Amino acid sequence: MSTVDTDHQSLRQWLLSETPMSRRQARFGAFYQGWLKSKSNRLTMIGLGILLTLLFVALLAPLIAPHDPFVQNLANRLQPIGSDQHLFGTDSLGRDILSRLIYGSRITLYIVTLVALIAPIAGLFVGTVAGYIGGWADVILMRITDIFLAFPRLVLALAFVAALGAGIENAVIAISLTAWPPYARIARAETLTIRGADYISAVKLQGAGPIRIITKHIWPLCISSLIVRVALDMAGIILAAAGLGFLGLGAQPPSPEWGAMISEGRKFLLDFWWVATIPGLAIFTVSLGFNLLGDGLRDVLDPKDSGDE
Amino acid sequence: MSDTHLSEEGRRRSALFNRSSGLLKIILRTLGSIIVTMVGLLAITFLIGRVMPIDPVISVLGERATKEAYDAMFIEMGLDKPIVVQFLYYLWDVLHGNFGESRLTARPVIEDLIRVFPATMELATIGTIIGVFIGVPLGVLAAVKRGTIIYQIIRVVALVGYSMPIFWLGLVGLLVFYGVLGWVGGPGRLGIFYVDLVPTVTGLILIDSILDGQWDVFWDAVSHVILPASLLGYYSLAYISRMTRSFMLEQLSAEYITTARVKGMSEWKVVWRHAFGNIKVPLITVIALSYAGLLEGSVLTEIIFSWPGIGSYITTALLSADMAAVLGGTVVVGLVFVCLNLFSDLLYKVFDPRAK
Repeated sequence: MSTVDTDHQSLRQWLLSETPMSRRQARFGAFYQGWLKSKSNRLTMIGLGILLTLLFVALLAPLIAPHDPFVQNLANRLQPIGSDQHLFGTDSLGRDILSRLIYGSRITLYIVTLVALIAPIAGLFVGTVAGYIGGWADVILMRITDIFLAFPRLVLALAFVAALGAGIENAVIAISLTAWPPYARIARAETLTIRGADYISAVKLQGAGPIRIITKHIWPLCISSLIVRVALDMAGIILAAAGLGFLGLGAQPPSPEWGAMISEGRKFLLDFWWVATIPGLAIFTVSLGFNLLGDGLRDVLDPKDSGDE
Repeated sequence: MSDTHLSEEGRRRSALFNRSSGLLKIILRTLGSIIVTMVGLLAITFLIGRVMPIDPVISVLGERATKEAYDAMFIEMGLDKPIVVQFLYYLWDVLHGNFGESRLTARPVIEDLIRVFPATMELATIGTIIGVFIGVPLGVLAAVKRGTIIYQIIRVVALVGYSMPIFWLGLVGLLVFYGVLGWVGGPGRLGIFYVDLVPTVTGLILIDSILDGQWDVFWDAVSHVILPASLLGYYSLAYISRMTRSFMLEQLSAEYITTARVKGMSEWKVVWRHAFGNIKVPLITVIALSYAGLLEGSVLTEIIFSWPGIGSYITTALLSADMAAVLGGTVVVGLVFVCLNLFSDLLYKVFDPRAK
């Protein structure tokens, strides 16, 4: 018992050491301090809790879901909340709403993960190249970024989906196409401040080419501000995906996408309110979770911009 | 004596001239970037129109056109020319306000857009007014009460606004306030008995009904607009209060505020005259951005409330593959958005001496 305690103590000391002995120790230490800071913020922890729950629900969907989300049972349609075997009732085709919610979490996570990978990476690429090369490349790339930035996001996504055809993958592409410009801007701004640093000149003198400098010495430094932005953007991505689903341009039936579920339930809103309301609560909860976490992360990773605490 | 007078006058004039030529330069540069951005925007919509899996000739002539008629139309529409030339034709048409004809309404798209745009404007304007009048005081309050429970509450109010799927909130709002309580008018801009009673002057029903002196129409319009506008207002409130808070926090930690307090100035004056006075310019740009956001972000709200604005126009067109209408609507929304963005940029540059 006591040995575990001292182990624990020394690990803590190792992490909080003022004079880290290795790069690894410094990195873990910074991470641990960020964790301690976030842990003291209750709202951030609530956000993290919501998202971890979402993750588990999505992973374990087949085990948790009480029913098959696709099986229709017309004799059992539009059952109210709390009815036998159906905690959240059933929809207009007699499908269990809870099970559909549980499986829908997979779609939500799928969309968010893909967009959160595609958009920042595209933005990072464009921004660092523009910032590092400068000159005409910078002007042209940033002009294109501005054009996309100027475009109303949802309308642009609508037009893209119209051109590409409705479906989850196309919704992901459309949302990514509208989401990358802010990342490009951030990455460019970071690159401009880093570009003139002494250590970059030092690597250059050692013979490093532009590709090596960008990928090995500039990208790592842009990551933290991009992560903050991603965390803050996640909620917007979820809402955009749900909006597209609601318009019938995202996931197609019978897929249990939350936005599409609201759209289905809309027809019976006045008499069977829960069919549309419950998936909306799910969307709200998850996007609130991302916002709470993003807000907390910003306080930790990007203190100059936070204005909080 | 008179000499020095003259030179002083001259100096003042040249200073004035320099300042106004600086302004002119800013305006010219802004105009230039509007043009570049607009051309880019048109290029994107043009390309979207090209990759659409809809044959433009068939959409004009119908499925049963003969081969000859098809070929003639193909050439008449300029589809045999290189794509760059086609784009130039498109630019030329758009410059002349020609967005083609809507298949759905069988009218020129531009006429449709002029008809539906005021509805969106009305909604977004009232939403922004609500957002500003509640959001700004909330933001200031949060900054002043930093670290207290009030601060946390305002923070959560804003975060909830950010996280709310607006179409869902609209449905719930309709269910509660219209379906259950009956406090507000239902979907649409007017009740069925009031439609077309007021002559169209501005297209904004609230203003037209006042101009015409028809107060019952006015109140009916208010009862219809209040719910969707409040929803948009909540969304804009979330953004505006958050930005206000962050600007105010920055100001309140500045040294001149400490000086003002040390001088014994009342807290009210410190907060509102000194700190708030300094955030007006960035705040105006934030408000302009949020207004632009509402103009485009009202798409889903309009659909929920059957609001006959540009958002429902584009979506309806989209669902029935009416591409001319979709692209025309997209261009107009984009144009308004770009102009508001640049306008806020310009404001910033003109009024904030540091931005020079």
